[in-house]
Order: sequence, then C-alpha cells, then structure tokens
Amino acid sequence: MPRVVVPSQLRGYTAGKSEVDAAGATVAAVLADLDRQFPGFRFRVIDEHDRIRRHIIIFVGGDRVDAVDAAITDAQEMHIVGALSGG
Amino acid sequence: MGLQLYVATRKGFWIAKQGTDRRTWSLRGPTYLGQQCHHLVLDPRDRRTLLLASRQWHLGPTVFRSTDGGETWKEAATPPQFPKGEPRERAVDHVFWLTPGHASEPNVWYCGTSPKGLFRSDDGGVNWAPITGFNDHPEQHKWVGSDKDQTPDGGKLHSIIVDHRDPKHLYLSMSGGGTFESTDRGDTWSPLNLGVDMDFAPPKTDGTEYEFGHDPHHVMQHPVNGDRLWMQNHCGIYKIDRPSNRWSRIGKNMPKEIGDVGFSITPHPRDANTAWVFPMDGTGDWPRTSPGGKPAVYMTRDGGDTWQRQDVGFPREQAWWTVKRQAMCADTNTPVGLYFGTTNGELWASDDEGASFHLLFRDLPHIFSVTCGDMA
Repeated sequence: MPRVVVPSQLRGYTAGKSEVDAAGATVAAVLADLDRQFPGFRFRVIDEHDRIRRHIIIFVGGDRVDAVDAAITDAQEMHIVGALSGG
Repeated sequence: MGLQLYVATRKGFWIAKQGTDRRTWSLRGPTYLGQQCHHLVLDPRDRRTLLLASRQWHLGPTVFRSTDGGETWKEAATPPQFPKGEPRERAVDHVFWLTPGHASEPNVWYCGTSPKGLFRSDDGGVNWAPITGFNDHPEQHKWVGSDKDQTPDGGKLHSIIVDHRDPKHLYLSMSGGGTFESTDRGDTWSPLNLGVDMDFAPPKTDGTEYEFGHDPHHVMQHPVNGDRLWMQNHCGIYKIDRPSNRWSRIGKNMPKEIGDVGFSITPHPRDANTAWVFPMDGTGDWPRTSPGGKPAVYMTRDGGDTWQRQDVGFPREQAWWTVKRQAMCADTNTPVGLYFGTTNGELWASDDEGASFHLLFRDLPHIFSVTCGDMA
C-alpha cells in the first residue's frame, strides 16, 4: 500500500498525521481511498474534472505527475505538496 | 445572546460580540487562520447556524457549517461544484456569496461562485447542487462574459436575493454580467439592467441599451418594501421600484467631487428611502480608495434625491482604505447601528445611524465581509 506524505494544509483532514497509507494503483485511486478515510480530502486536491489544483503538486516515487491517471506501486511514496505560489 | 458581527477576512474569520451598552465589544478568533474567508452568514431562521465560504490558497473551495453558533465547524459533504465532464469544464475557484433561503424553506441556502455559478442546498448547507436553469442556460456564456469581463481574482456571482414575499422569486448579480431575475425558483432567468450605465463599452450602433454585461457591485432588496431594490454599480448608484424594469441613477445626485462609485450599499431596516454607501475613487487609474484619502459614508433619506456626508470619527486625511461589497451592514436597532470593515483590517461602528463612527478593532487582515445577526 503506497505511503502518502501529507502537506500541512491538509493535515486537518488526517488528524494531524503527516504520513498516511492509502490503497490504489493510480493517483486517482489513492485519492479516492484517502477521501474514503478522510472525507473531503480529495476535492481539496483535485477539482470536479479530476485536474490537480493549480497550487498543488503531486510527486510519485520522486517524479512530478501532471494527471491523476499516473500509476503508483505499493512500494512508492506519493508526496502531495503545497506549491510555492505566492512566495 | 445579543448582536454579533461576523467578520470574514483574507486570512480567517473573527466574531465580534456587542455588550448590552452597545459600546463595548469583545472579539473571538481567529478561526481558520490563513484561509480566504469570503462570506460568513448567520441563518436568520434559527439564529444558530452559520455558513462560511472559504478557500485555502492551495486547496479547493468549500463551505463550512456550524450549528452551535460558531463553536464547532464541519465541512460540507458535497461542496459547490460544476458537473464532472461538462463541456465548458468550469471548476469552482472560490465560493463568494451565501444567501439563506426563504423563511418558509428553513433548510434552503443559495451560493454564488467564481467562476460565476449558482448553487443551492436543500439540507442546510451540507450538500450543494448546481442550479442548471442558470448555470447551463444556452445564453449563460454570453451573460458571464470573457476573462476580460471579470474582477481581478475572477468573476463573481453575488447579491443573491430571495424575495421575502415569495420563495420562487430570485435575483442575482454578476461582476460583470449584470442583474438577472427568476420567478420560478431559478428554472428561467431574465436580465434586469435597463437604465444602468456601461461606460466601459461603446454605445450600441442601433441605439438600444445593452441587455446584460453590466457591472453591479452589490444589490440589496429593502427588507420591508420588497419592490425597492438598491444597487451600487461600477457605473453609479441606482434604485428600482418593481414592477418597473428600469433602474434610476440616483448617484447623479452625489457631490461631483466624490462621485458615485463604490462597492457596498446598505438599506435601512425599516425606512425604504434611507440607505448608506461608502464611495471610493473611480477616477484615473481607479485606485478604489477613499476619495482624497478622506473616508466618508454617504446617506440618503429621500430615496437618493439628496445625500449627506457622514465622516465624524474618521481620519481627516491620509486614510486610503475602502470597504468591499460585502463589508457593510445595518442592525435593526433604533437608532440603527451601522458596521463596516475596511481593506486595512479596521472594524468600524455607528450606533446613531451614521451621525458618528467609532473604531471597534484594528490590525485585522484585509476584511472581505461583515454581516450582523442576533444569535439565539
């Protein structure tokens, strides 16, 4: 099960945890499982058309991904990052 | 519990509580520090429920709800959002405006978003659904305009009005886009902009008026005389008395050196001919500051025929703040209390209908909205 690193802006959903586990073979599936565990989480990260929000960046295994259909393995970490928007 | 002010700012919200002497105040907050809080509104039907339109800079938009007067908060289960996969691929950037439904519909709320969308909740703000009669109207893309027709941080759908005499009768306004009316609970809409100036567009070559595309900043229905609407527009101050379909530019009666540009307009809770505005500088580069750096409220008591300057208590010079469209309100006391928040984080009050003002709190973040309510 992939490990997800949660930014400070989203830890209100994860009871303060900075790392959580979520199941899924794609970023979309992992986000769906995160939303099941932490209701409301997914819509703060992606919009109603499944686009990653403008000021959010997602890395899988250290590589930045641009869409939620990106694959992820159980051995990989997914980092959700609040972009440096605004300095 | 007494009168409270709900102060939503660019970096969280605060609640100010008035003492029994109407002069002492206490401040509670911040809550959701760091989040852009556009509107915080008490439900007048139960006087316990509060809804908050909020957006964290990195995260998506949402609505939070409290049913215990602001002690605890819970996020909407289904925040306002456009349908997945719709052809125009609109995505809500922020929820800008909240309006409680009619007194006979205790769980109904409406909200307006950026980009411009209209949404409704039938369960007190827990789940939101698009009002397709507006959002998907075949002409809606023309009504809302292009990227050049928006406020700097995105177009706004605001001033959602539920006629207190008829739950099916709605108004909404857009910056830009104009004011629209529905008499069937939002299924169909008609523009209501005749008489409103559009000095940012050339006259139509056929000599007729534009039906839409105007820039109302704030529209309010009088709480007693429901036929009277007040509008502060990008191009002046207006009123209309329905069923007339033509607005009258009463701002022409403002002093020429002040002009009639501003964001907010606040009707008196009982007297339909009394209202207050906070003019801003709309000349040259449009600084949107107090004209000349000298803040003043202007009041009319005769339906806009004449206006009186009210500036007792304000700085006499070098004060360059202004008041946003949701940031001024009136209570129902006698005499009426007025309250407003400024772009430099000051919260001001008058307990004598604007004859004098006093500073309640300073050094808050940029204030987006101030609403008032009598918490049960």
